[in-house]
Amino acid sequence: MDHSAYIWAAYGVAALLLGGEIAWVAWRLRAAARRAAEAERSSAAP
Amino acid sequence: MIINAFANPQRFMALSRVALPLCAWIGTAVAAIGLVWGLFYAPPDYLQGDTARIMFVHVPAAWLSMGLYLGLVISSIVVLIWRHSLADVAAAAIAPVGAVFAAIVLATGAIWGKPMWGAFWVWDARLTSMLVLLLVYLGLMALRAMAPDPQSGSRLCAILAVAGVVNLVIVKFSVDWWATQHQPASVFRMDGPTMHISMLLPLLVTWLGSLLVAAALVMARMRIEVHERRAQSAWRKRARAAGDGSAAPAAEFEGAS
Repeated sequence: MDHSAYIWAAYGVAALLLGGEIAWVAWRLRAAARRAAEAERSSAAP
Repeated sequence: MIINAFANPQRFMALSRVALPLCAWIGTAVAAIGLVWGLFYAPPDYLQGDTARIMFVHVPAAWLSMGLYLGLVISSIVVLIWRHSLADVAAAAIAPVGAVFAAIVLATGAIWGKPMWGAFWVWDARLTSMLVLLLVYLGLMALRAMAPDPQSGSRLCAILAVAGVVNLVIVKFSVDWWATQHQPASVFRMDGPTMHISMLLPLLVTWLGSLLVAAALVMARMRIEVHERRAQSAWRKRARAAGDGSAAPAAEFEGAS
C-alpha cells in the first residue's frame, strides 16, 4: 500500500512548525534589537 | 570560574553574534543533507516500508525536545542556587523551542501512527508522557508570562521545570516499563543500537543538523530576551533621571548588544 501521502504530510507539518518558529524568532529579534537601541538612545539623550 | 567568564550578558551577546549565524546555516545544510539522504537514499524498513522514513523527522525532534528540557532543568537549577540572570534568560528561551520540537514529535507521530496502528492517537505511556512534556513546556511559558513580576516568575518557572524532570524520565523509560504501542528504543540501548547503519547514519546526520538549528533558535531567543531586558533597563533609567522614584535597573543588561 502506498503511504507516501503520510510521509509528505509529516515532513510538511514539521516544516510548517519549524519554519513558523524560525520566521517568528527572526522577526522578533529584529524588532527587539531596534527597540533596545531606541530605548538606549532616548535614555542617553539629555 | 569558567562559568562566570562566559555567562555575562555582554559576553554572551558578543559570542552569539558569531555563533548564531554559524549554527543556523551549518545546521540547515547538515539537516538538509540528512533529510534528503533519509528520504531518497536510505533503504525502506523491512516491516513498515517507506513509511518508516518519517523517523528522520520524528526521532531527531524527540531527542531534541527531551535534550532541550534537560538544558532547561540545568538552567533552572543555576537560577535557583546562584540566581544567575543569564541562566534565567536561557530557561525563558529554551521553553518555546522545546515546545515546537515536542509539537513536531506529536504531529509526525500521529501521522505515522495512522497507517501503522490504524489510529492517529493511542493513550499509551510514550505518547501520553510526550503530550505531558508539551503541556509542561506550554505551562512554563504561560507561568512566566502571567507572573506578577519577573523575579517571582523566574523562581516559579525554575521550580516547575525541576519538578517536571520526573516526566522526562518517564518519557525515556515508558517503552521499557509498560507494554506500549510505541516501539522500544532502537538507538540508545544498553546493548547498542539495533538499527542498521544505512538508516542510523542519515538519522544521526539529521539529528546533528537539527541540534545546530535548535541551538541557533535558543541563542536567538536569548538575544531577544537580553534586548528586551536592556530596553526595560534603559526606560527605567530614563524614568529615574526624570525623578519618578522607580527602582534602579539591573545594571548587568545595560550596554549588552
